Amino acid sequence: MGNAVRPFRPAAALAAGAVVVALAGCAQGVPPAPGGTGAGPSDAAPASLTLVTHDSFALSDGILEQFTAETGIAVEVVALGDAGELVNKLVLTKDSPLGDVAFGIDNTFSSRVDGIVNDLTAIDSGDVCVNVDHEAYAAAGMEEPRTLADLIEPAYKDQLVVEGAGTSSPGLAFLLATIDEYGEDGWQDYWRALVANGVQVDAGWTDAYYATFSGPSSEGTRPLVVSYATSPAAEVVDASAEPPTGYLEDTCFRQTEYAGVVAGTEHEAEAAQLVEFLLSPAVQADIPGSMYMYPIVEGTPLPETWAAAQAAPAAPRELDPAEIDANRERWIEEWAAIAQP
Amino acid sequence: MGGHRAAVTPWRLAGGAALVAFLGVFFLWPVAEIVARGIAPDGSLDLAGIGEVLGRSRTLRIVGQTLAQAVIATVACVLLGLPGAFVLYRLRFRGRAAVRALALVPFVLPTVVVGVAFKVLFAGTPLDGSWWAIVLALVFFNVAVVTRTVGIAWEELDPSIEESAADLGSGPWSTFGRVTLPRLGPALVSAAIIVFLFSATAFGVVLVLGGARFGTVETEIWLLTSQYLDLPGAAGLSVVQLVFVVAVLWAAGRARSRTELRTPFAGRAPRRGDWPVAAGSTVVGVLLAVPIAALVGRSFASAGGGWTLDHWAALTGLGRGAGSGGAVLGVTPLEALGNSLAFAAAGAFVAMLVGLGASVLLSRPVASRWGSRLRAGLEGALMLPLGVSAVTLGFGYLVALDAPPLDLRSSPVLVPMAQALVAAPLVIRTLLPVLRGVDPLLRDAAADLGAGPGRVLWSVELRLAVRPIVAAAGLAFAVCLGEFGATAFLSRPDAATLPVVIERLASHPGPGNLAMANAAAVLLALVTVAALGIAELAGAGPDGRLRRREPARPGRSAPAASSPRGGTSIPGAPVAARARAGRAHRSS
Repeated sequence: MGNAVRPFRPAAALAAGAVVVALAGCAQGVPPAPGGTGAGPSDAAPASLTLVTHDSFALSDGILEQFTAETGIAVEVVALGDAGELVNKLVLTKDSPLGDVAFGIDNTFSSRVDGIVNDLTAIDSGDVCVNVDHEAYAAAGMEEPRTLADLIEPAYKDQLVVEGAGTSSPGLAFLLATIDEYGEDGWQDYWRALVANGVQVDAGWTDAYYATFSGPSSEGTRPLVVSYATSPAAEVVDASAEPPTGYLEDTCFRQTEYAGVVAGTEHEAEAAQLVEFLLSPAVQADIPGSMYMYPIVEGTPLPETWAAAQAAPAAPRELDPAEIDANRERWIEEWAAIAQP
Repeated sequence: MGGHRAAVTPWRLAGGAALVAFLGVFFLWPVAEIVARGIAPDGSLDLAGIGEVLGRSRTLRIVGQTLAQAVIATVACVLLGLPGAFVLYRLRFRGRAAVRALALVPFVLPTVVVGVAFKVLFAGTPLDGSWWAIVLALVFFNVAVVTRTVGIAWEELDPSIEESAADLGSGPWSTFGRVTLPRLGPALVSAAIIVFLFSATAFGVVLVLGGARFGTVETEIWLLTSQYLDLPGAAGLSVVQLVFVVAVLWAAGRARSRTELRTPFAGRAPRRGDWPVAAGSTVVGVLLAVPIAALVGRSFASAGGGWTLDHWAALTGLGRGAGSGGAVLGVTPLEALGNSLAFAAAGAFVAMLVGLGASVLLSRPVASRWGSRLRAGLEGALMLPLGVSAVTLGFGYLVALDAPPLDLRSSPVLVPMAQALVAAPLVIRTLLPVLRGVDPLLRDAAADLGAGPGRVLWSVELRLAVRPIVAAAGLAFAVCLGEFGATAFLSRPDAATLPVVIERLASHPGPGNLAMANAAAVLLALVTVAALGIAELAGAGPDGRLRRREPARPGRSAPAASSPRGGTSIPGAPVAARARAGRAHRSS
């Protein structure tokens, strides 16, 4: 077996590979990919635009078709992974873009796409907050924590689970909330206190929420979890009863999602039209139900169950996107040294 | 193995070229491109980034953890998988085909739901969030690889040698240690390589159970590539990963013992002396069944206690968003199952094309030193995809396959190709030891009688190996069905596969979404069992045909005909010579 790595000749492989690909494509009966763009039969307008986005992108059936009906432009959606992956793939492919419009670049990454995605426009926002299991505190006869500072009180020892800042976007948002509160020189001490107070760090939202949190649809024992401001609405079964979970207003960090025109697209005007469409009442009203985010356009109606749970946080924390991007990696490294020794 | 034909025919050259092309386009080139971006970002070589990442103390710790985790899991899988291989592939009992199919279920279960099930299972125990929880889960996922890979080879071992050893007074354990184990060597090494590579590159389970504290080379590459876009750092780790894999393959190549001629064996009835092995494998089976049973239970458990079919009924829907009733999924789990089956059929087809072709090619003798080196290189290269990060490959596709005629970045063709890259090594590891065992004299004899190369392949190798081929196809299909890493990276929301849909359900807030993910995971397991069961039944037909020929084999005490290898065996002659004569007779 031995020396498995041999010199590699791209040109030869390319030629031979083309044959393999052609054969494979025929043999499998897999339909070829619809072209990303193509000229219309009579006019110069493109038959289709490609919208690249993250895995959480969703709109109800018929919404994008509405855009097609109005403009004659078909839209193809291509998801490229989570928000971080989306941005990094856009950066990597800037010389040969994967699409015409990008949606889902959030404020923790937006400064990274300068010159790669233009005319960034805010489309929706969401908040990452510590969620609290009301029933658990009621059963224990304890008062619930209210602020970030409360979380390091001995009374709340071993009660909080968070996601890793390096492995999870809500985890990073919570770290940013603590940096906003305690500042560049103070957040490390706060996290040391959190660790001393028994904070548990899970890798991702799924395991933290379902396996460690104690809420009604979860199987863990900790009554405090970093999740979304919209998560309590998901726990509402009976809209007339008290919601079983809620969130701590002081801990909320705002994530804003942007859409923009990918630099280098051949269909700049049409791409801008699609970005504009994402701000239309039809899309904005659909966003809460489809993506669990708050629409950016004020006055857009929200689903009833959302109101039954808890209103959106009034004054969530935010940080300057440029500051986040400049410091993200260092912050996460310092954080990991404290929280994941 | 001196006198038989070893000429390089145009057919073999063409086959080798096609394999290299497949591997080149869908693996080597993309990986080389993404690594090159890290090593030479501006076109000129810059190793500072690599040096920096390799110099970090964290990197050293992560490499150590990855190695330890993979070695322990591999040893445990081999020890725990062997009894099962014996019981399922050496003994004959009712329901054997069903148990064989069931045994592969853990291997295809999605890591995210099993991870959560394990995490809940371990909560409150010292295993909670510990490194051992990760190792245990790795054993759970991979023990079936040993059972199946070793079992298939074991099934092909001529039992007369063991019987002779027993006749000569050897006890069962000593017979196993001194006769059977050495003959299983190649298959054992093959299985161990696969388990090692899977364990070393485990991703989801490490994160879910270790809480991201226990980074591995794989999770670190993901972090550096997809979150930090630190391509030099990721390239450094990718090179470390490649060096590892090549070292393991090289060591395994050294350890591979001589090839072994095989005889299909339909199994014997269980005997009293089998009970320790049967008991051992039963214990392993029960332990493996616990998390699966938990999963099945959770798919029927209602939120308020009691049982419900709601989660199963929900599989025709799109999941529910946070309180609003909005959809979570682009396709229903049932539609996703359809996508999964279509992709897996295509993926398994490609994997069999590549795997069977490679196995035939690699099993043929080569005359020259140069040729045998080339062959060894190809054999190793075909295993590489198992040891390279799905993230590296996925990002490699993005930067490599980005210009016509190969702008495949958003093409559905990439999904089965990536699945085949993962499945083909398992096919090769299953078939190569079997095909290497085909006596070259048979091929020569067929050729002397006027058969062309195609005819020789068809009526000698493929006929003799038909059962392992069918079994390997079933395995390839199951691997493609369960593949997550690369598929998640490449598949589009409107063509999502079932594992991708399960992950999405489990990671999105919404009432009942996790329970629905559990039901979908059980559905995936059921479909896998059905597919493997069909493969077992299809394999049983040829099994029967071969068994009917068995009486032609000389009895153990009968004087055997003279062997084409020149040995004339007499009763009481060395066991191996007698067995060889028997085999030659049977095959002629």
